[in-house]
Amino acid sequence: MLAAKVIADQGIAVEGVNFFTGFCVEGHTHAIRENRSKRPKRNNALWVAEQLGIKLHIIDVIEEYKDIVLNPRHGYGAHLNPCLDCKVFMVKKAMELWLSDGFMSEHGFDFIITGEVIGQRPKSQRKATMPLIARESGADDRLLRPLCAKFLPETLPEREGWVDREALFGFHGRNRTPQIELARRLGIEDWAQPAGGCCFLTDDSYSDKLQDLWQAQGVRSYELDDIMLLKVGRHIRPAANFKLIIGRELGENRYLEGYRKQFPALKLESHKGPLCLIDGTPSAAGLLLAARITGRYSQGREAEQIVVSVNWPDGRREELTTTPLPKAELAPEWLIGA
Amino acid sequence: MALETLDTRGLLCPLPVIRTQDRIRSLAPGSMLVVTASDAGTLQDIPAWCRVHGHQLVTTEQTEEDIEKGRTYRFTICVMEQ
Repeated sequence: MLAAKVIADQGIAVEGVNFFTGFCVEGHTHAIRENRSKRPKRNNALWVAEQLGIKLHIIDVIEEYKDIVLNPRHGYGAHLNPCLDCKVFMVKKAMELWLSDGFMSEHGFDFIITGEVIGQRPKSQRKATMPLIARESGADDRLLRPLCAKFLPETLPEREGWVDREALFGFHGRNRTPQIELARRLGIEDWAQPAGGCCFLTDDSYSDKLQDLWQAQGVRSYELDDIMLLKVGRHIRPAANFKLIIGRELGENRYLEGYRKQFPALKLESHKGPLCLIDGTPSAAGLLLAARITGRYSQGREAEQIVVSVNWPDGRREELTTTPLPKAELAPEWLIGA
Repeated sequence: MALETLDTRGLLCPLPVIRTQDRIRSLAPGSMLVVTASDAGTLQDIPAWCRVHGHQLVTTEQTEEDIEKGRTYRFTICVMEQ
């Protein structure tokens, strides 16, 4: 937001590009969870574009991004976050859009800007990685970082005089106070979450669930539904051959309802309770355990008996009468990413 | 003029916006597109996207809440010069 504002204030036409990888935190989590309904359910990139009065192009890169997550050339950060590869990918993708015959080339863009700041991120935003991103993305000296440009060699837009280098900045380090002060000077009073907190791959709980998925599948791969479901509910694996996804509130239960044609679903019939999807193929004993675990998270958790329906994707339905699992029998190691 | 339709029910933010953006790119100015969605986030995002890109949001409607399925939202958009 700040980088775009700084450049736009020099009289340069700026348009935003936002890549949807499937791992974005904001939109989906807010949309799914009912208890966050008081927060604005907005797409932050779109909101920023509107505040700045610029166009925003939101690009679906879910398929292409898989290779970045699965095979990062520069490795992962603290969790499964391939930040450096991600930055290279996104700048490269912006270059492709620019060079393509599509909408970007119609506008005749001359260079790309990012909001990177040297030292703000330990792996991906270091002085040494800045030229690497420019080189590997193919953007080279058409990539300008207005917020830390004074610590970097001159780029094409600065040399050509399209951008006034003197009006750019030399921010560095993790302290965001200078950026916040600049934002206020530029009349920006509200801003979206700072970078780094907007990707599920930086989250240890989410990364644990993704690792568990790969281990259970026996192969490192994923589809969009897989990574979406990792954002929702409690994930409990009582046996190697199946996992339960149990909604934690109304919004999550509604979201899980949409998957009932893909997964067997357990539902409390005797008490109020969550929807539980079964990912895998439990035995009859496993199915009964799944029903008891679902009962553990229902209003019937202290009841002597519960009735749970098993709803198969092909329309078959059966009922199990059992007892809710006592807390002491719920093994902590079953809880994935807890 | 016939109404174009786009069903994004079951998709979450920002996919309904992306699908809307991609469909509108293929439509001529003056076309009308009706987008159906189930994600409450679209109530903010589709009007915002229309404002940002200069398209006219003609109507926004929503159904009564269904306890299991939530609401359905319907947006009618007039495509403007791009």
